[in-house]
Amino acid sequence: MFKILERNELAAHIYQMVVEAPRVAAGCLPGQFLIVRVDEEGERIPLTICDYDREKGTVEIVVQSIGAETNQIAKMKAGDSFADVVGPLGNPSDLTKEDPEELKNKKIVFIAGGVGTAPVYPQAKWLKEHGVTADVIIGAKNKDLVILEDRFKTVCNLYVTTDDGSYGRSGMVTKCLEDLVNEGHKYDLCIAIGPMIMMKFVCKLTKELGIPTIVSMNTIMVDGTGMCGACRLTVGDQVKFACVDGPEFDGHLVDFDQAMNRMKLYKNEETRLKLAEEEGETHKGHCGVCE
Amino acid sequence: MAIEVDVLKRVPVREQDPKVRATNFEEVCLGYNKEEAEAEATRCLNCKNPQCQKGCPVAINIPAFIQEVKEGNVEAAYQIISESSALPAVCGRVCPQESQCEGKCIRGFKGEPVSIGKLERYVADTAREMGIVPEGAKEKKNHKVAVIGSGPSGLTCAGDLAKLGYDVTIFEALHEAGGVLVYGIPEFRLPKEKVVKKEIENVEKLGVKIEKDVVIGKSVTIDSLMKNEGFDAVFVGSGAGLPKFMHIPGEQALGVFSANEFLTRSNLMKAFSKDSTTPIMHPKKTVVVGGGNVAMDAARTALRLGSEVHVVYRRSEEELPARKEEVEHAKQEGVVFDLLNNPVEILTDEEGWVRGCRCIKMKLGEPDESGRRSPIEIPGSEFEIECDAVIMSLGTSPNPLISSTTEGLEINKRKCIIAQEDNGQTSKKGVFAGGDAVTGAATVILAMGAGKAAAAGIDEYLRSLD
Repeated sequence: MFKILERNELAAHIYQMVVEAPRVAAGCLPGQFLIVRVDEEGERIPLTICDYDREKGTVEIVVQSIGAETNQIAKMKAGDSFADVVGPLGNPSDLTKEDPEELKNKKIVFIAGGVGTAPVYPQAKWLKEHGVTADVIIGAKNKDLVILEDRFKTVCNLYVTTDDGSYGRSGMVTKCLEDLVNEGHKYDLCIAIGPMIMMKFVCKLTKELGIPTIVSMNTIMVDGTGMCGACRLTVGDQVKFACVDGPEFDGHLVDFDQAMNRMKLYKNEETRLKLAEEEGETHKGHCGVCE
Repeated sequence: MAIEVDVLKRVPVREQDPKVRATNFEEVCLGYNKEEAEAEATRCLNCKNPQCQKGCPVAINIPAFIQEVKEGNVEAAYQIISESSALPAVCGRVCPQESQCEGKCIRGFKGEPVSIGKLERYVADTAREMGIVPEGAKEKKNHKVAVIGSGPSGLTCAGDLAKLGYDVTIFEALHEAGGVLVYGIPEFRLPKEKVVKKEIENVEKLGVKIEKDVVIGKSVTIDSLMKNEGFDAVFVGSGAGLPKFMHIPGEQALGVFSANEFLTRSNLMKAFSKDSTTPIMHPKKTVVVGGGNVAMDAARTALRLGSEVHVVYRRSEEELPARKEEVEHAKQEGVVFDLLNNPVEILTDEEGWVRGCRCIKMKLGEPDESGRRSPIEIPGSEFEIECDAVIMSLGTSPNPLISSTTEGLEINKRKCIIAQEDNGQTSKKGVFAGGDAVTGAATVILAMGAGKAAAAGIDEYLRSLD
C-alpha cells in the first residue's frame, strides 16, 4: 500500500498529493510518470510525477478529476492509501542526459497547458538546479485554473496566460509564444506538455518558427511497461509505444490527429462509468450512452 | 460406484457444455472426481523405465504419484509432485501434455495415453481443498536471491531456492503475481482466485517474499539490487511480453488490439466483469490474426464478450501452433477458422474505426529449415472480411528493459538473454536467467524447467562463495 501523506486542492477538480513510494522516489527523473491503482477493482491510471523527495521517499502527483477513476482519486484524503503505485516509468527527459554546461547556452521555453503544468515543474526545477533558467509559459482557461504559480516563480522566468484574459496575459499559449518571439525572445528548444490539441497547435507554430519541439504524449495506457501497445502512436514513419519509447517525442514528427482519434476508443464506456459513479442507482439511462 | 475402465481408453473428463460455456468465463474443463481419478490411475502400467517422466520438463515421478492416486493417498501423491513442481494445478491444466509426458506414455501406442495432466490437476486441486501445503526448508542459508518476474519460471526458481533454505524475494512489475498465468491465460482455462492465487500462496508459504509494482530497469536495476540491497544472486525470469504488430496500413485504427492488451484487460483487469472499472471493447465481429495458444485465448475471450469470431491464419490447420485441445474447444464454441489467409490491410470508416480486414489467400510451399511449410501469397486473391475489431496475436519478444539496464548482460539478435541451458548462467557473474526471456515465447512448463535448472545453478554458485 502507498500512503497519501498530503493532499491539497490546487483548483477546481485539480488535486495535488504527496505519496509514499520509496522505490519510485529513489530513481525517478523529470519527464517520467507513474501508474496508480486505487483499489482491487481499480483501473491502472498513468499520472506524471510533479516533484519528488528522495530522502523522504515521497513523490508528488497532480490529478484532475475527469472520469470515474479520477473522481475516486479526488475523493482520497491524507492518510488513505493507493493499492498500487508503479514507477518511475517512461524515459527521463532528454535534458537530463545533456551536459549542463552546454544547456546553459541553450534558450529553452516550456509550454504548459492545464494539468500538463504539473509535469513541466520538475523539468524547470531540474534545469534551475543545474544553473539554467528557462522560460515557462503556463496556459489556463481562466484565473482560477492557474496552478503551481508560486513554485514556478522560484525556478524559471514565468509567463502566465489565460484564455479569457482574467489573469496574466490574454489568449492561448500559442499566442503567448508568438508574442514573446515578437518581443525579441529567441528559442533553441521548446518543450510542450498539455492536452494533445494544445501540443498539436504549439507544434504547428514552432515548425513555422523553426524551433525544435519536444512533446509529452498522454495516450491511453494499461501496463505502462511495453507489453501491450495500447499507447502506440505514429512518430515519423514509425510505430512507437509512448510508455517505453516516450512519453517524450519530437513534436514535429508526431501524428497528432491519429493520436487524438485513438483517445476516443473507450469514450462510451468511460461516460457510462462516470454517470454510474456520479448518479449511482438513480441513473436510468436516457443519456444517449446507456441502453 | 466403481467406474468400468476400458484400458485402451481414457476415463472421460467432464466439461461445461459448449453452448453454455461460450457465454461465461467459468472453467471449461471440470476435472476428475475421486472415482474417475482412481479409475484412470488403474490404467497406468507403473513402468520400470517410465518414458512419461522423460517427457516431463521438470521430471515429475509420474508412476509413483499415480500409484498413490490409485490407492487414494492424495497427500502422498501431492508431496511426490511437489518434489519436482511448484505449480501442479497450473501445469495439469495448461501443459501441452500430448507432446510431453502423455506423448511418451506406453499406453498411447495401442490406445489412448494415461491422462497424466488431468490426474496431476486432480491431485493438486484435492490437496488444496484438503489444505495440504508443500514442505518448506529445514534450515536457513545465509544468502539473499532476487528473482525478477513472478511468472512460471520465476515462481519455480524461487520455490526451489526457498526449499533449499535461501532468502528469496521476487520482484514483479505488475500489481498481481503470476505473469502470463494472470494476464495471459484466461479464467476459463485457468481460474485465477481458485487456482493461480492459491498456488502462488503456496510458494509464499515456503518463505518466498513477493514485492509487486517494481519494474526492474526502472524502479531499481539489477546492479543496484546486488550492490546496494545485498542480493548475492539474481534470476531473470522476465518473460517475453513485447507484442509484435504486422506493420500493415490501418493498424492504428480504433478496434485494433494486440492480444496482450485484449487479454490483459480481460484477465488481469477483469474487464469482462461488471465490477471492474477497466473498459474493454465488446466487438460484434472480431478477426483474430495468428494460430497459437494466445490466438485461441483471445478468440475465445472475444466470443465470450458476445462477438462472432474468425481466426485468420496464414498456414493450414495442420500447422496451427496451438494445442489441439484448445483448437477443438474453440471450434465447439463456435469460433470460425479462416485458414491459409493473411491480412494485408485494416480497413477503416471515416471516423477511424475498424470496418474490415483485407486479406490475401495463401498456399503452402516447400518446408523451410524449421521443417514447416512456408506460406506463399496467391496473387490477385485479395478479399475483405467485414469486422469491427482485429486482435493481433503474432507472438511476442523479450522486453529490452532489463538487458539494456544491466551492465555486462549479453543478449542475442532476437533480444533474448544468453544463458546456459543446464544451469541458467548468463554472461554476468551471479546473474542467471531462464524461461521466455532466454528462449523467446514458449510454454509454461519449459519456463518452469528452466527455473528449476537455474535454481540448481544458483545453489551451486552460492555454495562456491561459502
